[in-house]
Amino acid sequence: MDMKCKLLVIGAGPGGYVAAIRAGQLGIDTIIVEADRAGGTCLIRGCIPSKALIHAADKYKTMAAHAGDGHLGISLTENPVLDFAKTMDWKEGIVDRLNGGVEALLKKAKVRQIKGWAKFKDAKTCEVDTQSGPVTIAAEHVILANGSQPTELPFLPFGGDVLSSTEALTLTEVPENLVVVGAGYIGLELGIAYSKLGSKVTFIEADNRILASYDKELTAPVKQWLNRHDITVHLGAKASGWKGNSLSYTDKDGKEQTIAADKLLVTVGRRPNTEGWGLETMAVDMDGQFIKIDNQCRTAMKNVWAIGDITGEPMLAHRASAQGEVVAEIIAGKKRVFNPNAIAAVCFTDPEIIAVGQSAEEAKAQGIDTVVGKFPLMANGRALTMEAGEGGGFIRITARKDNHVIVGIHGVGPHVSELSGEFALALEMGARLEDIADTIHVHPTMTESFAEASLAALGHAIHI
Amino acid sequence: MGQYYYKLPDLGEGMVEAEIAEIHVKVGDMVTEDQMLIDMMTDKATVEMPSPVDGKILSIKGNPGDMIAVGSAMVIIEVEGAGNADDEAATPEAGAETAPEAKPEPTPVSPVKAAPVAVPTPAPVMAGTTSEKPLASPAVRRQALEADVDLSQVPGTGPAGRISHQDLEDFIAAGGRMAQALNVGAGRQKRTAIEEIPVIGIRRKIAARMELSKRTIPHYSYVEEIDVTEVEKLRVFLNENRNEDQPKLSILPFIMMATLKGMEKFPDCNSHYDPENSLVRKFAPVHLGIASQTPNGLMVPVVSHAETRDIWDMATEMMRVSAAARSGKAKREELSGSTVTITSLGRIGGIVTTPVINYPEVCIIGVNKIVARPMVMNGTDIQIRQMMNLSSSFDHRVVDGYVAAELIQFIKGALEQPATLFM
Repeated sequence: MDMKCKLLVIGAGPGGYVAAIRAGQLGIDTIIVEADRAGGTCLIRGCIPSKALIHAADKYKTMAAHAGDGHLGISLTENPVLDFAKTMDWKEGIVDRLNGGVEALLKKAKVRQIKGWAKFKDAKTCEVDTQSGPVTIAAEHVILANGSQPTELPFLPFGGDVLSSTEALTLTEVPENLVVVGAGYIGLELGIAYSKLGSKVTFIEADNRILASYDKELTAPVKQWLNRHDITVHLGAKASGWKGNSLSYTDKDGKEQTIAADKLLVTVGRRPNTEGWGLETMAVDMDGQFIKIDNQCRTAMKNVWAIGDITGEPMLAHRASAQGEVVAEIIAGKKRVFNPNAIAAVCFTDPEIIAVGQSAEEAKAQGIDTVVGKFPLMANGRALTMEAGEGGGFIRITARKDNHVIVGIHGVGPHVSELSGEFALALEMGARLEDIADTIHVHPTMTESFAEASLAALGHAIHI
Repeated sequence: MGQYYYKLPDLGEGMVEAEIAEIHVKVGDMVTEDQMLIDMMTDKATVEMPSPVDGKILSIKGNPGDMIAVGSAMVIIEVEGAGNADDEAATPEAGAETAPEAKPEPTPVSPVKAAPVAVPTPAPVMAGTTSEKPLASPAVRRQALEADVDLSQVPGTGPAGRISHQDLEDFIAAGGRMAQALNVGAGRQKRTAIEEIPVIGIRRKIAARMELSKRTIPHYSYVEEIDVTEVEKLRVFLNENRNEDQPKLSILPFIMMATLKGMEKFPDCNSHYDPENSLVRKFAPVHLGIASQTPNGLMVPVVSHAETRDIWDMATEMMRVSAAARSGKAKREELSGSTVTITSLGRIGGIVTTPVINYPEVCIIGVNKIVARPMVMNGTDIQIRQMMNLSSSFDHRVVDGYVAAELIQFIKGALEQPATLFM
């Protein structure tokens, strides 16, 4: 069957499906091709299922703290019982619901959905093997939103008890011993969740610290949490092989070591999906392993656009969605550029980390002098009432010394991910410290810490 | 009755799209098989697309200038019988892109009036360098983009120089945009705009070829001066006594003749280098590439089998293929297969050039301007002679300096003793 459309979107992840819905809203005749269910890594095997798992693990751990003598005056007579299969069913229920929602939204926007693996013959034509036979789609515009996949280590190939993040989200039972190679945000989120569910978790990290892309001050509370919960982190350690449920690695002193585990989770990053679908026929330029794009997400080939993980760092769903919206509007004839001041990033570790914009060090590297204000969650009333004041959490704000324009906002602590919206808004609006300080923040909420951090940067915080 | 989708076929060389150059038919026309329908321009040549069937034109997918992807339909023809397509055919809307906004008339904007805007009052000055992003909310940024205003030109009155909606509106209302577009106003203004031009089509091809040549070929250049007084005399004589059907000769056909002779004597230079297979392909025929400036950029039309041509034929063919290249009508085979290339900037001037070899060839002959210069003749006698420099580059992997010098000296000899060109 031959199909034609004005816009062909490849991949129904958070980049592709948003682009397709927006294009549909704008009256563009759009086809979206996806081999899996709509939703992409984020919805099907990433952000959403992992957050469900993290929440369930947290709840289980919290309840366990009430067993016996109790906690906050609330006690359980018995330890809580975990039926992990049911937990996974609950998680799948959320994924199914969101997946159904996305497909319904696409339908509502009159986007035609084709299920199958697209293979390009040239930049504007692809073939899809669908259940009902091959379909050839010719389009005027193509948006590549092919996404990324977990990076495999050649000496630790995925399969059997060696898991990528995908398999770690579909386990049927909680492993007794879990070893995680790579203490970046994905490994830590999943490792901490399984630790809460009862696994004995050990991290093997090649760098000399965890979460190496964040500054030390920010990651210290996470490190402290791992220490307190007897989670071993071998830093400067290089994994080398897996045999008979035992991982061999070289420790920081160069000694060969082995460690036994029921499951091995390898989370050493993600790589763009650039192979197996005919990218080489499209005459686009590459930027390293990624597709090169300009500030309108144009590739080197006319009317071929690329968005999301396939175009490079930061590989984040919300970046992909924002790019998708921009591209759909440009195709519809509107003037748009993708030119954000900052893209916030969150680690759902325990405690959570939020980062928007630059740290003082990063600003200094660009020759910008800064002032920094920091407010500990320990001094925030609402945090204390939610048991979020312990553990060394804080909100930190970095602003230009000369005119107080904010260049970065960072935080660590329970629930801080929910503050990310205000942080991103402050940067996009070009807010100064005074703008935040003069905005009345509701008492008692965690967000007061943001206003207090601004005051601290101005030299007159009230509550510290 | 059925519909026949006439799709743009694969034109080779990894081409994925082509531009519509000219459309010879219109919707409703009856066409016969092999009738020319449309001219498609690739980055090498213009290809005429004949109708594959008899029938009536139902639809033409685009206008001259539009790009068509390989494999997508150019023309839909109503034919007897079944055709080749089912009925679903979302017509790609050609020319959907919006036309550039008409520029305001470049007529009197009173400099006095424009002054308050044009001289950006550095209100609360934004500290730091001007290369930083202007401070403005996302809504203001979008409004500016839509109104074609460069925000870095808009004076912000907010704290830290932040640009408010009001600032932007004031700027536009005061003619700021016009002042910006036309660059008029009081006195000399800073210009900060950077226009980004995508490198596409032939330009992209040229860039890739030049990069390939300069990156992989170890070039060296050799320059010699040639006394062309005699050959110029011969040229003037031939032009004065030519037949009606013979073209007027420039110096170039003589240089082509000399190059042909040179290639015959030094066949190593008439070759391609294939590093992948560690091979030098030495060619028996001599196909002369003639570097030509065309409206689309540099192209190298080819005078094939120079060994079969006399001076008149050489000149005729050279003029024919160059004209074809300039008009974009050259066939693919007229733009490829050269074994050695001649490049001439002679008319413009210049003493020396260092030409870039036309990959995968191993030598390129560059022609400089002929000028009258005083020369010492016979050791003591100073005469005014017509002198021309020849600047040539060689691939040192294949052609040693000694051989290059011998070749150029041979060409010099042939041009200084023009009778030898015809022996």
